[in-house]
Amino acid sequence: MSEILVVVEQNDGTVKKVTLELLTLAASLGSPSAVWLGPGYSDTAAATLTEYGADKIYVSDSGELADYVVAPKAETIAAIMADVTPGAILIASTAEGKEIAGRLAIKTTSGVITDAVAVAADFTATQSVFGGSTIVSSAVTTGTPIITVRPNSTAPQVKPGAGTRVDVAATVSDAAKGAKVTGRTVAQKGGRPELAEAAIVVSGGRGVNGAEGFGVIEALADSLGAAVGASRAATDAGWYPHQFQVGQTGKTVSPQLYIANGISGAIQHRAGMQTSKTVVVVNKDPEAPIFELADFGVVGDLFSVVPQLTEEIEKRKA
Amino acid sequence: MKIAVCVKQVPDTWAEKKLRADDSTLDREAADGVMNELDEYAVEEALRLIEAHGGEVTVVTMGPERAAETVRKALSMGADAGVHLVDDSLHGSDALATSYALAEVLAARSFDLVIFGSESTDARMSVVPAMVAERLGVPQVTFAQKVEVDGTLVKIERQTEYGYDDVEASLPAVVSVVEKINEPRYPSFKGIMAAKKKPVETLSTADAGLDAAKLGSSASWTVVSAFASRPPKAAGTVVSDEGTGGEQIVQFLTEQKFV
Repeated sequence: MSEILVVVEQNDGTVKKVTLELLTLAASLGSPSAVWLGPGYSDTAAATLTEYGADKIYVSDSGELADYVVAPKAETIAAIMADVTPGAILIASTAEGKEIAGRLAIKTTSGVITDAVAVAADFTATQSVFGGSTIVSSAVTTGTPIITVRPNSTAPQVKPGAGTRVDVAATVSDAAKGAKVTGRTVAQKGGRPELAEAAIVVSGGRGVNGAEGFGVIEALADSLGAAVGASRAATDAGWYPHQFQVGQTGKTVSPQLYIANGISGAIQHRAGMQTSKTVVVVNKDPEAPIFELADFGVVGDLFSVVPQLTEEIEKRKA
Repeated sequence: MKIAVCVKQVPDTWAEKKLRADDSTLDREAADGVMNELDEYAVEEALRLIEAHGGEVTVVTMGPERAAETVRKALSMGADAGVHLVDDSLHGSDALATSYALAEVLAARSFDLVIFGSESTDARMSVVPAMVAERLGVPQVTFAQKVEVDGTLVKIERQTEYGYDDVEASLPAVVSVVEKINEPRYPSFKGIMAAKKKPVETLSTADAGLDAAKLGSSASWTVVSAFASRPPKAAGTVVSDEGTGGEQIVQFLTEQKFV
């Protein structure tokens, strides 16, 4: 059974949920091998990766992997691929993940597929394109399939693997050290999950009517343990920070549950959330196109509906 | 400073996009073409940089005949010159082939800075800037929400999942920009008139010295085996709020086991 490399996404040493999803997906394709890139590797991380199926864990914990943009990671994965000839490489479909995939494709003369939502046993990938309106099956025809997979595409399953640690000897070349990270700023996000991989996203749009209006959106998000998103109308108006924009020029999310509040549902926004599994809509305009996507919708004022919803959820939790 | 801005003509953002039944490529005839929105931010940033530091901006595109409109738009915003790579053999090029063609055209003209929009609204892969940096062997400073040039250094704020990183690199370098970076200008009437007199170099792949074996559908390292429209979503339940809208949502969420 061929090795399937899974590039680990981590935050200060904590393995992200999307990596557990990719390990579960990898187990359906071959023998999962996690690839840890950067400082912060620990017994806890090893235990988590093993618990979710990693038979091998390639560890390269050089600080240089975090100190320079993308290129060292692509180089290190290429070095591992030269040694092990994996069946495929799975990478989370984040901004950086896709960049790693792109550079790796050139280095290893391999085809790359981004934003897959499923991968079959023959490595045919399913993609949802044009804002979710078209479903495409595609396959890599040259080299090793390099596939980036959207968060929330697979439910992670506990399935312990062998978890054998393999240290990677490769060092980072000077050529890969062109873009140096000199500072890191973490935006406050109130302990909420990351937007791209959150299971539940609560979003606000033009109907929220101002920065202070996002208080009710955040309160609902916190009652559900959800991430907060915003439409472009809201971020352009400066009501909510730009990095939380969901849509064609912002982030694409595919959560289990998406709650759209005061969002009309222009194609710009739908392109970023159309593949959400369940959609709930609150909007005072019954003609808003977002209702076409709703599994459940309420025509009404979000400032009365949303607080009532939050209160009711809190009551049930109590 | 010599800056290149790579722009792409894409189907109008508001139009419905479809794949062609014959070769599974995007049907570009079916909708009006516009400059990819994020590329307008790239053009704007280039113009601001030369307004501050001096130099010239060359806009580079690859695409069919009518992509010349997109070059013209960038010139009317204020770019100085254009390069349009156009050839039937480019049709169906994937990101790898596109990055090869762009890198060759850029390398032949030695720019200090190459600026891209971070993503196109049609393919949305977001990989071409990184690929071009890889091929040119120059630093990649991508997903910039702020760009400064300081002597021979370029410094950016790179947007990340958690906030942003400060990143610096020596010139030459490849930059991509996100929407937060600026507010693109509209072409003025004077700009539109001036654009008609600005030089645009139209290149075939042979003119550019490209290897035909690395271009087009046949050179693609991936293949689309099938595609279909997403089945329309079954109509959901929509109710009017009569004072219990929030409670009704909780009822639904409970049935769906979210609460």
